[in-house]
Amino acid sequence: MIMELKHIYKDYLQGKMTVPILKDISLSVEKGEYLAIMGPSGSGKTTLMNVIGCLDKPTSGSYFLNGKDIFSCSENELSDTRLYNIGFVFQSFNLLPKQSALENVYLPLIYAGISKKERIELATKALERVGLGDRIHFKPTQLSGGQQQRVAIARAIVNRPTILLADEPTGALDSSSGKQIMELFQTLNDEGMTIIMITHDADIAAHAKRLAIIRDGILTEKGGTSDEKAITHSN
Amino acid sequence: MLENIRLSIQGIWSHKMRSFLTMLGIIIGIAAIISIVSTIKGTNEQIKQNLIGSGNNTVEIKLYQNEWEYEPAYNGLPQGVPVITEETINEILEIDGVDAASLYLARNYAEGIYYNGTALNGGRVYGIDSRYFSTCGYQLQKGRGFVDKDYSGFRKVAIIDTSAAKSLFGGTNPLGKTLELNKEVFTIIGVCEKSNTFKPVINSMEDYYNYTSSTGNTGIVFIPNTDWPIVYNYDEPQNLIIRASSTDDMSSAGRQCADILNAYITASDIQYKASDLLEQAKHLQDLSASTNQQLIWIASISLLVGGIGVMNIMLVSVTERTREIGLKKAIGAKKSRILGQFLTEAAVLTSLGGLIGVVAGIILAQVISRISQTPSAISLPAIIFSVIFSMAIGILFGLLPSIKAANLNPIDALRHE
Repeated sequence: MIMELKHIYKDYLQGKMTVPILKDISLSVEKGEYLAIMGPSGSGKTTLMNVIGCLDKPTSGSYFLNGKDIFSCSENELSDTRLYNIGFVFQSFNLLPKQSALENVYLPLIYAGISKKERIELATKALERVGLGDRIHFKPTQLSGGQQQRVAIARAIVNRPTILLADEPTGALDSSSGKQIMELFQTLNDEGMTIIMITHDADIAAHAKRLAIIRDGILTEKGGTSDEKAITHSN
Repeated sequence: MLENIRLSIQGIWSHKMRSFLTMLGIIIGIAAIISIVSTIKGTNEQIKQNLIGSGNNTVEIKLYQNEWEYEPAYNGLPQGVPVITEETINEILEIDGVDAASLYLARNYAEGIYYNGTALNGGRVYGIDSRYFSTCGYQLQKGRGFVDKDYSGFRKVAIIDTSAAKSLFGGTNPLGKTLELNKEVFTIIGVCEKSNTFKPVINSMEDYYNYTSSTGNTGIVFIPNTDWPIVYNYDEPQNLIIRASSTDDMSSAGRQCADILNAYITASDIQYKASDLLEQAKHLQDLSASTNQQLIWIASISLLVGGIGVMNIMLVSVTERTREIGLKKAIGAKKSRILGQFLTEAAVLTSLGGLIGVVAGIILAQVISRISQTPSAISLPAIIFSVIFSMAIGILFGLLPSIKAANLNPIDALRHE
């Protein structure tokens, strides 16, 4: 088991009121799984993604990623966890507009302290893997939306993360580009990459092998797998 | 680090106009400081050269009554001050750092110097011994110098310097003409001037003011010291002039000479003092430096304003790049890295401003020196200090925006529009 959430609660303060966003979420993910978490807006899926992505700490519960207790991590340790274990793919790509595709992709490798020569080598490989080996020196503005998202995916996988965490990866794309991204995810998963995808789109979620639905902060598993301990919900 | 610097320069280049305007405060401040410092340094070097002269390390040791130079013309013959003897001169020549010494008698604002009804107002009369010209570096331009018979025979002969020659005789040859000194008639046997190696010809503060104001009707008339009582009635106590081995020896040699001479004086309020030109040069330098010091403070205000401008633009830049910061933090950049990135950017921006300011300052100093005819000298320490100081301004004023950037919450930052 590479990721294990147990009894996760997350509350937000809104004025003087405490609003519970995540209610007793437990979730386990094995290596090589392809999981989609689906939910309408306001269901708490973004908060769940932030918790999984180590951007936010839960109010209570326990979270182990690769055997590491995330709940007791310092801010710097969280940064390192994000650097080495999580590969983020955002809805709006979030590429640096003035940097080339190559420079965007090797950005995490700078933080990992890898030499320039090796950075270029690894980033070029990652770009080849997403099918952009011939466009490594293009700026984001010279690339289509689908290509930009593929650069973002290359950036997410360049440091060989434990989990590829995608937040509405096709939300800003037309359907054919979206389809290409889904095909790419499928290929990466076939090669052994663990993927967690968050979306509100049932068609997109259908690409995953395993599906969980979050509604009002409660997670339920739908079909796909019979693994009972994977998803629990109380009440 | 290098990567940070490269990215900073890229960022500055992509906002050329904004970066330049931000740097302008720093550029103006540093340019002002560099040009002021260059002017101070140039002026100081000129003062030192003018006052001390290159190679002419003479020190005058004159009589003073309390704080004032003793003028026998007004104060009469000083009581309790003996005439300096040859033995004393030999004693002085044995002092370390004294190369030559000469005794002379002087009337600094002498009246009664006439040639055919032309008066030499503000002229000086020096009664000199045979060593005076070699000690002070005078050279004969025309005629001859004093010989032993002039001294022993009390011959009424005189040598005048070139400015006296110009004032009294215009273009005509003064040799063989006669001059009236206090109603005594002297024959001019020579014209002298300070030799080229001793130029500029400034020996004392009075000379400095004469030199700088250069009022035409001045000059010196030299007569043998044995003739002094003929003109001025008495054997007065002499002044001493020495030539020190080096500029650095001037102060101590002058003091030692004064001590030797003062040992013979029985009067309580009169004593010999060395005119310490080095000290005087320093006073003049301090004077020019202290007025310019104020200017440096004013220029520093420009640096402060420039620093605030940098802080302002950095804050704008942090807000503009909130998403970028959020992304970087999300994919694993630590706080310290974001802090480093923005501090580097601020420091590169101001250092670049400092460098441009140094270049502008050097050009400005040259222009000022051309226009106002004052010298300027480029000061390397000032340049190094300026660049380091402007870098420090960047770090200081970049600190607040950088901390703000480093503390951004990645979740909020990513959602920022």
